[in-house]
Amino acid sequence: MRTSELIAVLAADPVPEPIRIGRRVAAALAIGFIGSLAIYALLMGPRPDIAEAARTVRFNLKFVDAFAFALPSLLLTLRLARPDAKPQALALWLIAPLILLAAGVVVELLVVPSDQWLARLVGHHSMFCMRMIPLLAAPMLAALIVALRAGAPMHPALTGALAGAATAGIAALLYASHCPDDSPLFVATWYPLATLICAAVGALAGWRFLAW
Amino acid sequence: MMRASIAGDEGAYRRLLEDISRSVRAMARAAFARARAGDADVEDAVQETLLAIHLKRHTWDAAQPLAPWAYAIARHKIVDALRRRGRQRAEPLEDFQEFLAAPEAEDPHALSDAQRLVDGLGPRQREIVRSISLEGQSIAATAARLSMSEVAVRVALHRALKSLGAAWRRSIA
Repeated sequence: MRTSELIAVLAADPVPEPIRIGRRVAAALAIGFIGSLAIYALLMGPRPDIAEAARTVRFNLKFVDAFAFALPSLLLTLRLARPDAKPQALALWLIAPLILLAAGVVVELLVVPSDQWLARLVGHHSMFCMRMIPLLAAPMLAALIVALRAGAPMHPALTGALAGAATAGIAALLYASHCPDDSPLFVATWYPLATLICAAVGALAGWRFLAW
Repeated sequence: MMRASIAGDEGAYRRLLEDISRSVRAMARAAFARARAGDADVEDAVQETLLAIHLKRHTWDAAQPLAPWAYAIARHKIVDALRRRGRQRAEPLEDFQEFLAAPEAEDPHALSDAQRLVDGLGPRQREIVRSISLEGQSIAATAARLSMSEVAVRVALHRALKSLGAAWRRSIA
C-alpha cells in the first residue's frame, strides 16, 4: 500500500465524536470511586471515635497529606497521557506532600518521647493498612487505566505508575477515616509503602495496556 | 489546518497528512541512516506514524502548536520501527521544522507492512479500505457498490483503521 493511498483512507475516515480524555478520566474515577466506597462500607467504615479524632491535628494531617499527593499525581497522569507532555513544573508539586509529611515527622519526634517512637511507627494496623489501601485503589485504578487507553503516553509504564499512585492517594483519603493510627511516624512509613504497591501495579498495567 | 480537519474538512486534512508525511519521511530517513538500518522500512515507519496521528488526533490540545505534537508521535513510532529491526536506538534529534520543507518522494513500496495488515482484516473491512485507497472511490460510491448504507461504511472504515493500529502494535511485540 502506498502512503498516498493510506492518506486517502485516513482522510475519508469520518470525524468521530471528539474524545475528551479529561472527561473520560473524570467519569472513570467517579465510577471507580463508587466501587471503592462500596468496599470501604463493607470492610471498614469510619472509626468509632471519629468525632473526637477530627479535632486533632494528627488525624486531619492525614487527609491534607493524602490530598496534597493525590491531586498533583492525578493531574500529572492526565498530562502524561498526551504525547507532547511537558510535565516538569507539575512534577515539582509532588514534593509538597513529601515536605508536609517530613515536617509532621519532625514535629512528632520532638513532641513524643523517644521510647514511644517505635510503638507509634508500628501502630495497630500496619498490615491491614498495606492491604486495604491497594484494595480501595483497585477499582479506581482499573477504571483509570481503561480511560487512559484513549491517550497516547510517551512513557506508558510511568504513566501507569502515576495513575496507581494517584488512586492510592484517593484511597488513602478514604482509609484515613478508618485507620486508628494517626501518628505521622505511622503515616510516613506505611502509607507510602502502600502507595508504592499501587504504583508498581499501575506501572505493570500501563506497560501492558497503555502502549500504542 | 488541523482544526479544520477535526471539524471535518476532508481536503484540508488530506493536505495536512501529506505535509506531515513528507516531514516524517525525511525524519525517518535520517534516523534510519544514523542507525545504519537501510531505507527498506522507512515507508512503513511513515505509514505507521500517519495512522497513529490519525487514531490519536484527539490527544492534540488545540491550544498548543501542532508540530511538537506530531514530532513526538513520529519520534515514538520511528524509534519503535528501529527497535523492531533489532537495531540500536537512534535518536532523531533534528528539529521537526527542518523537515517541513523537504520535498521527498516516497519509495514505491509494494509489499509494505500496511498491505500485509490490511490483508489480515475481515473481508468487508478489507474491501472498503481497498475501495477507498486503491480505487480512490468516495464513501458514497463504496457504499453504493457494496449496497451498504454510508453510515455503515463509515463505521466499518473506522473500525478497520482501529484494528489496523492494534495489529501494527501486536507486530511490534
